[in-house]
Amino acid sequence: MGKMHIKLTVNGKPVELLAEPRELLIHVLREELSITGPHIGCETTHCGACTVDMDGRSVKSCTVFAAQADGANVTTIEGLGTPDGLHVLQTMFKEHHGLQCGFCTPGMITRAYRFLQENPDPTEEEVRFGMSGNLCRCTGYQNIVKAILAAAAELNAVKEAAQ
Amino acid sequence: MIPAPFDYHRPDTVEAAVKLMADLGDSARVIAGGHSLIPLMKMRMTDIAHLVDLQKIGALKGIAIDGDTVTIGAMTTQQELIGNAALAGAAPIIREAALQIADPQVRYVGTIGGNVANGDPGNDMPGLMQCLDATYHLQGPDGAREIKARDFYEAAYFTARADDEILTAISFQAPAGGQAYVKQKRKTGDYATAAASVIIAKSDGNCSAASIAMTNLSDTPVWCEAAGQALAGSPLGEADVENAVRAMLAVINPQDDNKGPAEFKRHTAAVILRRAIERAASRA
Ligand SMILES: Cc1cc2nc3c(=O)[nH]c(=O)nc-3n(C[C@H](O)[C@H](O)[C@H](O)COP(=O)(O)OP(=O)(O)OC[C@H]3O[C@@H](n4cnc5c(N)ncnc54)[C@H](O)[C@@H]3O)c2cc1C
Ligand code: FES
Ligand code: FES
Repeated sequence: MGKMHIKLTVNGKPVELLAEPRELLIHVLREELSITGPHIGCETTHCGACTVDMDGRSVKSCTVFAAQADGANVTTIEGLGTPDGLHVLQTMFKEHHGLQCGFCTPGMITRAYRFLQENPDPTEEEVRFGMSGNLCRCTGYQNIVKAILAAAAELNAVKEAAQ
Repeated sequence: MIPAPFDYHRPDTVEAAVKLMADLGDSARVIAGGHSLIPLMKMRMTDIAHLVDLQKIGALKGIAIDGDTVTIGAMTTQQELIGNAALAGAAPIIREAALQIADPQVRYVGTIGGNVANGDPGNDMPGLMQCLDATYHLQGPDGAREIKARDFYEAAYFTARADDEILTAISFQAPAGGQAYVKQKRKTGDYATAAASVIIAKSDGNCSAASIAMTNLSDTPVWCEAAGQALAGSPLGEADVENAVRAMLAVINPQDDNKGPAEFKRHTAAVILRRAIERAASRA
């Protein structure tokens, strides 16, 4: 049960590493690749703090073996925006107070990113249903929902202006 | 929460996977989405030396509808079930149930095959498959065989599947009539306190046939044949519904646990079944 050679694309960059099959994707990201945006909240598939985008799906990276991810394309919060060039979702979380301690935020935004790809013009109810795999212990969700709705409106306005 | 070490295999055909399972023996397990298995492995409640990952086997994916026969590949995810318009037309109850499983992240990876093969009484699909009278297609070292969902579940985590058999697909006849999946849970991502699958066919205003199955109220899903018979031929009046509820209560066997005492679950099962009958009848 030696180490496996694993190839991933993380935030657009190809990476190769050796990992035991039992290592979880969250551990590989945080400990081997120093990508510490995705957090470990519960480690039991409930909180969503570890959410990353994998081959176009939101997944809880505490419940994916690195071996299963071999060959996958992974995007984390680090791949969505930078401190100088925030993603619209990051800007709207900031403007609408969608975070307090910030622990859940990388998972929230990474999930919201995929949700808005699939449903660019959601209702409030659809946002709440689509975000129901992510828990927040601080905000009470109201401002998270507001931020996501505002980001959707902004992204749609930009799209319309471009046409 | 790091599982014990294991070797990892990713075959690309069903035949290769079956051969691996036969060669590796008892300590090998297949992994589909991993969203029931990995949590157990993290708690070290399993003894697994080899994981055989089915993700690369294209033949296990997809939904085919041929006339009235619906066939769903074992590796089809809950998200794919929800998004398939033809399936929503043929058997809308599957989408209704899948939307009530876990949360979006889990539904992107959790598969219908894993859900029905797992044998956890909390899983939602097994009861629904019994309600639909679905057939499970298994492939093992001695070839393929079929078994009815109604004959598959023996006890919690014990099923009629042999350790070296792989579930390849699930098939059923698109049901006639109205359908409803009603589930009571404490919060998003929770297993059912009680859930009911109901299909009701009507002719001339009366119920002509009914199928009823209950979830998480025994150590297996419970298809309640007598409850369905109580509705068949009736005008679905209040007394008929209560006859069905009584017949259902006679065959479930809930236990006290963190979802509540058995008596509360029996009460909840009755409420949920009444709602599911009403909803299915209104859609028939
Ligand atoms: C937070 C959370 C909440 C959940 N809530 C619900 C819920 O409300 N309702 C519900 O139904 N489920 C729920 N689940 C379980 C989830 O739906 C699982 O994804 C599903 O039960 C198993 O599917 P899987 O593809 O992940 O299977 P895996 O975890 O990969 O496998 C489960 C078992 O089935 C076996 N297996 C898998 N595929 C096959 C096959 N093709 N042939 C033979 N054996 C196979 C495996 O060896 C294993 O023993 C929840 C899970 C989580 C983490
Ligand atoms: S750390 Fe993965 S879901 Fe909580
Ligand atoms: S901001 Fe603190 S957990 Fe969400």
